[in-house]
Amino acid sequence: MYETKYHKASSVDEAVSLMGAADDGKLLSGGQTLLPTMKAHLAAPSDLVDVSGIADMNGVGVRGNVISIGAATTHAEVAGNAALQNACAAVTDLAANIGDPAVRHMGTIGGSIANNDPAADYPAALLALGATIKTNARDIAAEDFFVGLFETALEDDEVIVSIGFEAPEKACYAKFPNPASRYAMAGVFVAKTAGGARVAVTGAGDDGVYRQSDMEAALDGNWSAGALTGVSVSADGMLSDMHGDATYRANLVKVMAGRAVAGC
Amino acid sequence: MTVVSMTVNGKAARADVPDNTLLVEYIREHLRLTGTHVGCDTSQCGACVVHVNGKAVKSCAALAVASEGADVTTIEGLANGEMHPMQTAFKENHGLQCGFCTPGMVMTATDMVARYRESGKTLDEAAIRSELEGNICRCTGYHNIVKAIADGASKMASS
Repeated sequence: MYETKYHKASSVDEAVSLMGAADDGKLLSGGQTLLPTMKAHLAAPSDLVDVSGIADMNGVGVRGNVISIGAATTHAEVAGNAALQNACAAVTDLAANIGDPAVRHMGTIGGSIANNDPAADYPAALLALGATIKTNARDIAAEDFFVGLFETALEDDEVIVSIGFEAPEKACYAKFPNPASRYAMAGVFVAKTAGGARVAVTGAGDDGVYRQSDMEAALDGNWSAGALTGVSVSADGMLSDMHGDATYRANLVKVMAGRAVAGC
Repeated sequence: MTVVSMTVNGKAARADVPDNTLLVEYIREHLRLTGTHVGCDTSQCGACVVHVNGKAVKSCAALAVASEGADVTTIEGLANGEMHPMQTAFKENHGLQCGFCTPGMVMTATDMVARYRESGKTLDEAAIRSELEGNICRCTGYHNIVKAIADGASKMASS
């Protein structure tokens, strides 16, 4: 790892000002992606601003069906939150299946979505739930937040503070994990919301997470796994790599979507 | 450079280290506690698992400076005059061959037993296998490790 200067921020404002003062700063939360990336010399920030200890960015709030998750809340804390499990078990189940137990003790929801890995789990949940990403400067709809591969709408020194969403009537996430990395080769989050059915796909699209509108239309009239049998998923726009080609992934999307709806 | 203070295996530790020092480098090279191993160095294998504030973490994917004030337990801190029940279980069940992954396996095992006990969940064979997702062993085929953890869990409950 190249040299870097570590700073521990005690508030969101302090994190923003430390980032502003840094030559090429990066926010550090759990570090489960950033530190391995730095070790591989694929990133070399001049400064690291640690936001993991900021009180305003930690914890899960559930008030009725209104849910708020601090950006520095770990996957283990999300997975183990009883109130959230009652309100939306799809999200706690998703968090419980990210990486491995040690990674879940460190990795955070804010870090996951800021990185926007095309095979990460949380982006599918946030897109399907119509979540709002609250930063130090503004509220960003998930629809606008996830821009492309490892790309988000965040400005350089912008800090994600929390993620908010309303508990849906029903939701479930099904993923086919890569057997080695446990990242999704296809992961589908389905949600039956007040505004209709929403289906978001991660791990499969060549431009990152996306909504599967054909499946949403099919589920709007008939919320059942059977409603998806007539939907065809094209291999166009699917990732194709050593783990699986585009046709394979297109099929996985359909299978995972069916499992997700059946699991609700 | 940053001065970092933490408690390691019950003893105060303090050093001035470069900010890019990994926690595992600090543990092995500054404190000379070489029971914690570096296997893959890409956070896949779990040989470097230690407990930080009571939770299992991969010390090759954490910075020493970020562990300021933390309470760290390594494999050396688990035994208390005699072997920890989980270490005994690994010995009795032949839960190791070359032993390289064993420190991480044992630290992961004691963490999972504690978490399952706290949440009231049953740590059955399927759960143990799932919990071992982040620990790789190239010798044993895992079977005796799983048996050792189940045995260690019952030894811990009765100790």
